[in-house]
Amino acid sequence: MPILTADMSAGTLVEWRKQPGDALTRGDTIAVVETDKGLIDIEVFTPGVLEKIIVQPGATVPTGAVLAIVRETTPAAAPGRAAAPPPAPVVAPVRRAVTPAAAPSDRVRISPLARKRAIELGIDPGSVRGTGPGGSIRREDVEQAAAARAVAPAEKPRAPLDRQARARQAIGAAMARSKREIPHYYLATTIDMHRAMTWLAEENLKRPVPDRLLYGVLLIKAVALALRDVPELNAVWRGGEPVRSEAVHVGVAISLRGGGLVAPALHDTAGKSLGDLMRGFRDLVQRARSGGLRSSELSDPTITVTSLGEQGVESAFGIIFPPQVAIVGFGKIVERPWVVDGQVVARPVVTATLSADHRVSDGHRGGLFLAAVDRLLQEPGRL
Amino acid sequence: MSAPAALDRQHAVALLHQMLLIRRFEEKAAELYTVGKIRGFLHLYIGEEAVAVGAMQALTPEDGVVATYREHGQALARGIPAGSLMAEMYGKANGCSRGRGGSMHFFDVTRRFYGGHAIVGGGLPVAVGLALADKLQSRVRVTACFFGDGAVAEGEFHESLNLAALWKLPVLFLCENNLYAMGTALARHQAQPDIRRKADAYAVPSEAVDGMDVVAVEEAARRAAAHVRRGDGPFLLELRTYRFRAHSTADPELYRGKAEVAEWKQRDPIGSFTARLREMGLVSDADLAALETAVGGEIDEAVRVAEAGPWEPVEDLTRDVYTETP
Amino acid sequence: MTTMSYRDAIRAAMREAMRTDPRVFLMGEDVGGYGGAFKVSYGLLEEFGPERVRDTPLSENTFLGAGIGAALGGMRPIVEIMTVNFSLLALDQIVNNAATLRHMSGGQLSVPLVVRMTTGGGRQLAAQHSHSLEGWFAHIPGIKIVAPAVAADARGFVLAALRDPDPVFIFEHATLYPVEGEVDEQAGPAEIGRALVRRPGDAVSLITYGGTLGMTLQAAGLLARDGVEAEVVDLRTLRPLDTETVLASVAKTHRAVIVDEGWRTGSFAAEVSARIMEGGFYSLDAPVARVCSAEVPMPYAKHMEDAALPQVPAIVEAVREMLVLHG
Repeated sequence: MPILTADMSAGTLVEWRKQPGDALTRGDTIAVVETDKGLIDIEVFTPGVLEKIIVQPGATVPTGAVLAIVRETTPAAAPGRAAAPPPAPVVAPVRRAVTPAAAPSDRVRISPLARKRAIELGIDPGSVRGTGPGGSIRREDVEQAAAARAVAPAEKPRAPLDRQARARQAIGAAMARSKREIPHYYLATTIDMHRAMTWLAEENLKRPVPDRLLYGVLLIKAVALALRDVPELNAVWRGGEPVRSEAVHVGVAISLRGGGLVAPALHDTAGKSLGDLMRGFRDLVQRARSGGLRSSELSDPTITVTSLGEQGVESAFGIIFPPQVAIVGFGKIVERPWVVDGQVVARPVVTATLSADHRVSDGHRGGLFLAAVDRLLQEPGRL
Repeated sequence: MSAPAALDRQHAVALLHQMLLIRRFEEKAAELYTVGKIRGFLHLYIGEEAVAVGAMQALTPEDGVVATYREHGQALARGIPAGSLMAEMYGKANGCSRGRGGSMHFFDVTRRFYGGHAIVGGGLPVAVGLALADKLQSRVRVTACFFGDGAVAEGEFHESLNLAALWKLPVLFLCENNLYAMGTALARHQAQPDIRRKADAYAVPSEAVDGMDVVAVEEAARRAAAHVRRGDGPFLLELRTYRFRAHSTADPELYRGKAEVAEWKQRDPIGSFTARLREMGLVSDADLAALETAVGGEIDEAVRVAEAGPWEPVEDLTRDVYTETP
Repeated sequence: MTTMSYRDAIRAAMREAMRTDPRVFLMGEDVGGYGGAFKVSYGLLEEFGPERVRDTPLSENTFLGAGIGAALGGMRPIVEIMTVNFSLLALDQIVNNAATLRHMSGGQLSVPLVVRMTTGGGRQLAAQHSHSLEGWFAHIPGIKIVAPAVAADARGFVLAALRDPDPVFIFEHATLYPVEGEVDEQAGPAEIGRALVRRPGDAVSLITYGGTLGMTLQAAGLLARDGVEAEVVDLRTLRPLDTETVLASVAKTHRAVIVDEGWRTGSFAAEVSARIMEGGFYSLDAPVARVCSAEVPMPYAKHMEDAALPQVPAIVEAVREMLVLHG
């Protein structure tokens, strides 16, 4: 089927003007074909004899399909009988060099959408690490920074007032979002701290003063180890689902002078000794208050522990810091009547709470967790 | 057919050779189109060979030529190598327009061949301008402008004749009247179908001639060109001819009957000229056979040149949109 | 240095060119005996004679095409199309020949044609005589488009266009002809393809060309009274567009308002806006704004025409709104 018109891809054979055995002379019309432009004659270019008709009248075939067999009587000057279009030169897409827009050096490359989010979340764009082209900041970068409580000061020193105002804004925005989006459930239990505190006193006598432990690290370590029993509480919510973390990085809530709160991670809490945890905790507190926290410390916690014992609060139910899925709270240690072996005695007790994401765990699992914490604190020597 | 006093044998054979070259070139182009070597639109000159060949005899290499999208005949008669034209239709970089134009846009500035115009009537103003440049620079040369009967409907035809006459510009307007503007017969698109008389409205001298008779065409073209060359202003020569093939490959020819085509084929410019030369004893069968063989070889060579030609690199796409400063 | 009107500056350039280069000639409607519809060519016929200053019949398509042919034939024609409104008749020769001949012939031909046209509205000439279509022409590859806004450029671009081997279209806003400006008569050709900052500033980039430069500078003056220092960029050339200068300005000011007398949809301002978005996305504090003509055929009554065209208050308002919303 010859190509007869500019866009032809198929044609219908309407009529054969020659029959097998007929001689074919140059210029003869051998058949009539219907195209979308109308009926067009097919002419003979090379003389010969029509041997066999392949396509019958009425059939529609693509261009290039064999219509009939012709025995040529003269050697044909072959321009190439291929009816397929000539191989087009390989057209590589013309690549325009994409030059990223050059921004002046002191200006943050942030998309309008990201900037809007940064305002909403109280994030300073200058402190956000951008993952877009040329290091530009995108919305998700801002949201991750907010989730990590990126109240960390930017490279440039800022007026304290400024920072605190921002900090409050950021906390407020993050907490509002957490409350809106995460279905919290709340559990509480009272833990007898007699054994833990007794052990702690003896242990601290053995230690030089600078290395003495605060009871808080016992709580933190117990939380970290208890997560082995209920690992789903040691996860982050990402991409619409909880992603469990291998390691435990407990975020310890530290209040800042002048207001504000930050909860940087004590990396690998479960694997560290109490002494290391104490040193790490002291270091975090010092750097948190002086503005020297690293952004990885802010973005790495897999669970947070908040303790308001010093403020005199008996129990504290926290709001989960996204993208974490749980927060553990401790109140102050108080002397309360306790029943031991049927007798009422005075014991130091502490109320431990769990606020957890109901999409990830339920009260049963949460309860197991708190029970594990309790159990671990009854054997302080093994923390 | 008029019988000239004496027809020089060498010249006659040259005329026949050129017409035959055009005929075989066009037939080969038609064939190559059906196998996809030539794409887009293809407008064949078959039947009109006497016009291009006869008219070209009146022009010198210094003269200019502007033509239409049915310009293969003019291009070959002007001396542009068949291989260059075939390669252009293939879209190859060794084509006369670097593969940029295809069948409708042949250009060769060394032979003062200014296209190859696809807009009907679009070449006339350009021809007027070329003639104006010659006049302003005091160069005595003719700009020949070929166009069809369809073009006389366009405003540019009237504007160009008027302007050329007003400013006495050396334009030789050559109207190839093949009786159809694509599918519309002359009588259906012109209230005044006697084309040469339209020149009267612009005070342009004119003549109509049998476009199937190469000798008559040559004589008329020489007369017209002489007028123009004298600086007496433009001339309109109407060549009455007929195309044996459809307007283009896409045309099923619903607008004319096969009987009419058959009738005109009896006046085939090549056939009738050959018969005449035979009659006059100027060519023999052997001469004719030799001619066919020679032309066949030229066509084969042209195809070979086209087949072997390279494709322009895609990276050169934006080259020559503007004149690059060296 | 001297002060002369925009029209006188154009005439001076044509006169200088015709005196020094015998290939240069002028043709168009009423350029000779009438002295030019806008009095630009006044006196040239007397000085250079009818061979070089040619009155044409009303045949835009053909005399523009003849300009192309003459350019192909070695001349340096200046074709004057009385106004852009009539250029529509010549679009076939412009688009299908002037713009394409070089590329389509594989680089064999070059068309050193200069076309001058009057453009713009604001003189109560109604719908068929008030177009600003230079943006349309700037769409076409193969030709160059300039729009001088001051007398010095009106002169400089004629000289530059005559030196350019490619077709150059010069759009002269009708209201600018009598406006005087400083012209250095010894200066050479202006640079095609380079925009200029006419007024430096840091609060917003006001980008414009041609007939609207004056009102844009006025708007900048008003804004300055409120402490808003606008930077005014005169594009001068629409094709090729000097994106670099535009982006440098926006990088400084972070805001852009484009003033363009064309109709808003598909306006040249839309092209400039797209380029700012592409190349200056991270510089922007606000979306790019456009002050263009209303999408109506130009009405005759003065108050209606004024409402249809860009005006100083509209430019000032666009900037104020931008500062309020996106400050």
